[in-house]
Amino acid sequence: MEALDKLKERFPQAVLGEETSCGQAMVYVDRNYLLEVMKFLHDELGFDHLADLGGVDYLGWKGKGKKPERFEVVYNLYSIGKREFLRVKVPVPEKDPWVPSVTKIWQVANWFERECYDMFGIRFKGHPDLRRILMPEDWKGYPLRKDYALQPEEEWPEYDKVRAKARELCRYEWGDRKVREG
Amino acid sequence: MAPTVEVVQKQCGHPEWEEPFVVNMGPQHPSTHGVLRLYLELDGENVVKCDPRIGYLHRGVEKLSENMTYTQAMILTDRLDYISSAANNVGYCLAVEKLLGLEVPRRARLLRTIVCEMARISSHLLWLATHALDIGAMTVFLYCFRDREWLLDIYEKICGARLTVSYPRVGGVRLDFTSEIIDELYKFTEEFPSRILDYETLIDVNRIWLKRTKGIAVISAEKAVNLGLTGPSLRGSGVPYDVRKFKPYDAYDEVEFEVPVGKIGDTYDRYRVRMEELRQANRIIRQCLDKLSETEGEPVVAEEAPDLLMPEKKKTPQAVPHPKKGFLVKGAEVPVVPEGEVYVSIEAPKGELGYYIVSDGSGKPWRVRVRAPSFVHISSIPELIKGHMVADLIAVIGTLDVVLGECDR
Repeated sequence: MEALDKLKERFPQAVLGEETSCGQAMVYVDRNYLLEVMKFLHDELGFDHLADLGGVDYLGWKGKGKKPERFEVVYNLYSIGKREFLRVKVPVPEKDPWVPSVTKIWQVANWFERECYDMFGIRFKGHPDLRRILMPEDWKGYPLRKDYALQPEEEWPEYDKVRAKARELCRYEWGDRKVREG
Repeated sequence: MAPTVEVVQKQCGHPEWEEPFVVNMGPQHPSTHGVLRLYLELDGENVVKCDPRIGYLHRGVEKLSENMTYTQAMILTDRLDYISSAANNVGYCLAVEKLLGLEVPRRARLLRTIVCEMARISSHLLWLATHALDIGAMTVFLYCFRDREWLLDIYEKICGARLTVSYPRVGGVRLDFTSEIIDELYKFTEEFPSRILDYETLIDVNRIWLKRTKGIAVISAEKAVNLGLTGPSLRGSGVPYDVRKFKPYDAYDEVEFEVPVGKIGDTYDRYRVRMEELRQANRIIRQCLDKLSETEGEPVVAEEAPDLLMPEKKKTPQAVPHPKKGFLVKGAEVPVVPEGEVYVSIEAPKGELGYYIVSDGSGKPWRVRVRAPSFVHISSIPELIKGHMVADLIAVIGTLDVVLGECDR
């Protein structure tokens, strides 16, 4: 692929490896060089559409392909002008999970990165407003990590408040029907 | 306190008026199309700051799918964009088929294209109905629902469900169309273009409609791409990006249709684009129906497609290797998907709907990520509302056509 060759030529030290899966090209990039690589892809190779950004947790991975680090952040890029697709993957170690933020290149990355932080606990350096997005702000743990149980034993502490509120509301009559004790 | 006193105080720089006025719009507001909550800071009626807060409908679809087999996880996709569930199913099936390397029979591809376009029409009709209602045109609402009901009845005849259809399956579709359904669809496609004209006479040159939509939430092409807008919201700005044309799937390479684009990128342009898409969708359905007669009696499921049987409840839920098809879990065959990863996107009615699936070579997906157009579109509201008033916010939410089930997943 032409874009991939150009990328390797320009940043030989940043490209960790390449692969093809189901006919889609993938390239592994070192996170320290990610920002320059992305800028190059956006400005010079015309990948103007960041189709998707998400994390993957490879804890306990049983597949054949070796995964050097626990997490990977995946960028699916598309060039509307050239009709080209490229997937950029960034390995992220478990101990210090951070990735540079690409919000300055693609504004759409803002919420994608917030979601990735919310679900995996990966911090995006340079993000303007990194807080939880889908889960409540005082939620503990990162739900899409593989060591997070599907049904955790602990309850979200706020449920008590919600129940107390429901009980309080039960004291009032709503029209002709009474709210059931909850 | 009389309003005049307030105004005077404000002009004098009274400390109480220095702070912005904070309003929470939603999550129960009827015009936010679900449980969208907008945290607003206002200066009079002007929006100073807008911060959408989502997550009220988060059901953990991605986490749930990791704990299900590939065939079981498909029903979860119905619940993403529940207005056009058939399109969601098709996207998921295409991704799994690509991992499996399955070839879908032609008749199944045609049938899928038909249900996808039906989903587009019913979604756009619901959009037009609610958008017009929000802006103040009540009549359109009832007419749109009349036609949408017709489509839902056809869905019911096809598969028994009206909203969460689960009609496509990995490797094809569940059932073939009966001749009764095909007749009904012919009748619909015959009638529908005149119905579109009816809607247009109601609002196209309506003075209130024009005042509420023209020049509202204008977005340039470059900015729209950078914000990640897709679908009609992007095409309203003049970018002809349509996944059906750029990366054709199913039978879209066989049919003829045009991709309508707007000029300025305001709310009115996006309205025009969607109205034109209704016509094109009708045209696609018509062509597919004509082609269906060529493939009469052909299979609608690929031969190697995985079984649809649900696992039986047995006392020994141990996995037993099966010589040919993989593993037997709890009595039913679970399709084993080869290791790999794939990103497949389709043109859902709302925009580009993408599925990124990672498989580790077992019967359950390792990771399913849904790229939901509504999620991206809601993130662009603060950008679109810059310099507008609270009333325009309703128009902006309407014009982006968001569904919170898809946004929160």
